[in-house]
Amino acid sequence: MITIFGIPGPLLFGQLLLGLINGAFYAMLSLGLAIIFGMLNIINFAHGALFMMGAFVAWMLLNYLGIGYFPALILAPVIVGIFGLICEKTIISPLYKLDHLYGLLLTFGMALVIEGLFRNAYGSSGMPYRIPDVFQGATDLGFMFLPNYRGWVVIAALIVCLATWAIIEKTFIGARLRAATENAPLVQAFGVNVPRLITLTYGAGVALAAFAGVLAAPIYSVNPNMGSNFIITVFAVVVIGGMGSILGSIVTGFALGVIEGLTKVFYPQGSATVIFLVMVIVLIVRPRGLFGKAA
Amino acid sequence: MQLSRRALVGGAALATIPLIRPRAQGQPGVKIGVLTDMSGTYANTTGMTSVVCTKQALEDFGVSGKGFTAEVIYADHQNKPDIGVSIARRWFDQDGVDVIVDVPTSSVALAVQGVCREKNKVYINSGAASAALTGVDCSPNMVHWTYDTYMLAKSTGGGMVKTGGDSWFFITADYAFGHQLQKDTTAFVTGEKGKVLGSVAYPFPGTTDFSSFLVQAQASRAKVLGLASAGTDTVNQIKQANEFGLTQTMKLAALLMTIGDVHALGLATAHGLNLTESFYWDLNDRTRAFTDRVKGKVAGNWPNMIHAGCYSGTLHYLKTVADMGAAKAKADGRATIARMKAMPVDDDCFGKTTIREDGRHLVPAYLFEVKQPSESKGPWDYYKLVHTTPADEAARPLADGHCPFVHV
Amino acid sequence: MWGFSRAQAIAFVVMVALIIVCPWVLYPVFLMKVLCFALFACAFNLMIGYVGLLSFGHAAFFGMGSYIAAWTAKHWGITAEAAILLGGATGAILGLVLGYIAIRRQGLYFAMITLGLAQMVYFFCLQAPFTGGEDGIQQVPRSPLFGVISMQPDMHIYWLVAVVFLLGFLLIHRVVHSPFGQVLKAIRENEPRATSLGYRTDDYKLIAFVLSTFLAGIAGGTKALVFGIATLTDVHYSMSGEVVLMVLLGGLGTIFGPVMGALVLSAMENYLAQFGAWVTVTQGAIFMICVLAFRRGIIGEIGAKLRIQL
Repeated sequence: MITIFGIPGPLLFGQLLLGLINGAFYAMLSLGLAIIFGMLNIINFAHGALFMMGAFVAWMLLNYLGIGYFPALILAPVIVGIFGLICEKTIISPLYKLDHLYGLLLTFGMALVIEGLFRNAYGSSGMPYRIPDVFQGATDLGFMFLPNYRGWVVIAALIVCLATWAIIEKTFIGARLRAATENAPLVQAFGVNVPRLITLTYGAGVALAAFAGVLAAPIYSVNPNMGSNFIITVFAVVVIGGMGSILGSIVTGFALGVIEGLTKVFYPQGSATVIFLVMVIVLIVRPRGLFGKAA
Repeated sequence: MQLSRRALVGGAALATIPLIRPRAQGQPGVKIGVLTDMSGTYANTTGMTSVVCTKQALEDFGVSGKGFTAEVIYADHQNKPDIGVSIARRWFDQDGVDVIVDVPTSSVALAVQGVCREKNKVYINSGAASAALTGVDCSPNMVHWTYDTYMLAKSTGGGMVKTGGDSWFFITADYAFGHQLQKDTTAFVTGEKGKVLGSVAYPFPGTTDFSSFLVQAQASRAKVLGLASAGTDTVNQIKQANEFGLTQTMKLAALLMTIGDVHALGLATAHGLNLTESFYWDLNDRTRAFTDRVKGKVAGNWPNMIHAGCYSGTLHYLKTVADMGAAKAKADGRATIARMKAMPVDDDCFGKTTIREDGRHLVPAYLFEVKQPSESKGPWDYYKLVHTTPADEAARPLADGHCPFVHV
Repeated sequence: MWGFSRAQAIAFVVMVALIIVCPWVLYPVFLMKVLCFALFACAFNLMIGYVGLLSFGHAAFFGMGSYIAAWTAKHWGITAEAAILLGGATGAILGLVLGYIAIRRQGLYFAMITLGLAQMVYFFCLQAPFTGGEDGIQQVPRSPLFGVISMQPDMHIYWLVAVVFLLGFLLIHRVVHSPFGQVLKAIRENEPRATSLGYRTDDYKLIAFVLSTFLAGIAGGTKALVFGIATLTDVHYSMSGEVVLMVLLGGLGTIFGPVMGALVLSAMENYLAQFGAWVTVTQGAIFMICVLAFRRGIIGEIGAKLRIQL
């Protein structure tokens, strides 16, 4: 067996892979948070709950309607996205003129309600979601053992993150979005329907969370707490990265996942806290975050 | 939003008229409080089915005409010791509860143990695993009804070595319960001339991905993978062990698992798994008759050993109350427990059994293997019996418990 | 008196009267829980109501205070008042360290950072041996006050809790109405202006934060002695959420709001305990209703109706 720094190779690479997977989820979730924050100026505390909803919708599609994994990968984000649109229209939009903290509190309440309802309906012990047949099994890469599905998660997450980046940075609609983020009244004056743009942005951010949820469903059991386990860490990721840049969110997400994975190898007890420690260091050295704009 | 603010203020004010101080009650009646996990990891393992089985005991006992009334209430302790303690206190101080039943999660169970003793009430624990409940933390107010870590370790550890699984690797939840389970099991594995090739502890709680630990286990080339954990963690480990193809080379031994978890996993994933329970619905005619009475009452959940323990313990308590008189039983929990220990126990779930001096209810332990999908003939037909540990051997010897009030 | 307006003085007298009368009618253990949470909520309100900073990590100070008070009472056998004060000191020291890091950012970032830092404290408590992990510190003795007055009977410790609460309550009130408090308000309204007037705003914020975390630690320590247990619940982020909700429901920035919020929420939890996750759903729903339609909170609404400041 190969050993690196006295650590068996498969263990090291295995943890690196796991770190990448966690990083993929951090990246997708913090990306959604950053987009929503950019347009709506609220921190979407319900993001974790909506991630969980994505996984549950996929589970329901399979168990009630017999719709499998790949259609669910599209359908679940659409369904949760529409749910997000409705929430934005009915309860979030009245808050824009108020202090931003109210948005945080409202979405925190939303998260509690959504999680509580799912816990009442499905208990919290978790439901199994089978790995699609195409990705069953694992590949022996020689230096490590790669479960196929996990490989797919990293690739799919990368593709979605980069596509989101491309849409925002390289397309016409992305340009409008960026303009509206900078100066909404001016863009409105140019005849762009900004409220609708805001609603759609929220829907898209939420759909991204739901997509991550579907990807996560076969790895973790589908349970009502799966989102709240993630969301606080994702907040720390956002603080570290700063919310200024889309690419920044992606890079920070993946990087912190890997750091967490490495900590698991060298000092397992610290793996739960390492991201928060990084946050502390970043706050002391560079308070606005790695990619954040100056206040 | 058109919400009447006055209504909101009024409603909020109404909610604060709480908790009037207790008054003495007129008619003799016992109140049974099922303190359990209604919404957390153990909601299926205990939860509503525990409440239903406790109520079934009232029904089967036929309280009317026995000179007292009985009533069941329940609450959710959310697996938090502080919530468990405050509910227990309120129940005793205020709601006139006489006996607390179930209480899964060892930390909560131990905390409630203190309150029951302080208030001199009856405590029938079915849900918690900690053997300390009848050991160093024992109490003359409690019977530990269904199982403990010692029984699980002896039945699964010792039993599997006897049937060929003589080299082990452990994946252990990194907290007191996990380490205790690993330590106990190790003792029985080595006691039967088996070997433990290694172990790894994972951060608890918060670990959802066990692949790296599974890879380590695979590299050990042990025959048996012992999972010293509970609830969702164990379920996740089994799922992921399948994903990594571990089940083809190793036998999985879940050190604490019940039939509901097997149901949730499905036979396609869970087959070949070994686990210990002290009750299975398909053991004999009496267990089948009991299961027929309760199984429709909670959708999609058949009774496991903990549920059966809630039924059996409550039934025995009611018999004891009828025997000694409700007024006397209510006045002195310690005397009631002493009486329960003196009376022989007999019910559909565990048959004829006894309760030992330290509060351990002596039941046999069954080592089961989960069937192949093709072997299963009907709903919930999941287990085949591999090995039975008789009741007197399944409990830790009295002298080893160091319970202060037991003099050996 | 102490900067109370007439209406506030009347409300204060009513509150004190209720504190004295209630234990004869209602369940004292419940009332003690309310008083501990009320003090915790008042401490939190100092930050959000008067400095304008939303700390989403106050459970860390409450919980650590509770752990230290429980541990010292159990293992050193120190007296009740010393254990509670040590709890407060723990809150203050932790508040100084975490506050020093967190006040570098404001608004939403401050909320997220405090949440993250508190989560770090939570994981520390989960793994540190002295906290007992999942079991918590159980069977904490109610050690006698000043080493002589027994705290065993519920009614004895009740008076201790009542006095601790009232002292904390008056301390906050005094601070808010001091020149120091006026500077805090100035910072909340317009920080650049306060800076330009020569105030070191970060120092003021940090001092307010430490005071708030000191009282949170006191509240946690008191609760540990009352219930004889200190657990992970007290440091978990849902506890931080709960205290936010208490203050929001009672009325942000009102003096009596946090007390009212603590009372209503504790009562609600008592009634809903048997309905499992409905507690969570109800809390979430109250959050949403408060934010959407009821931002002044109960006390704020009553005050607005009567045209007085409470």
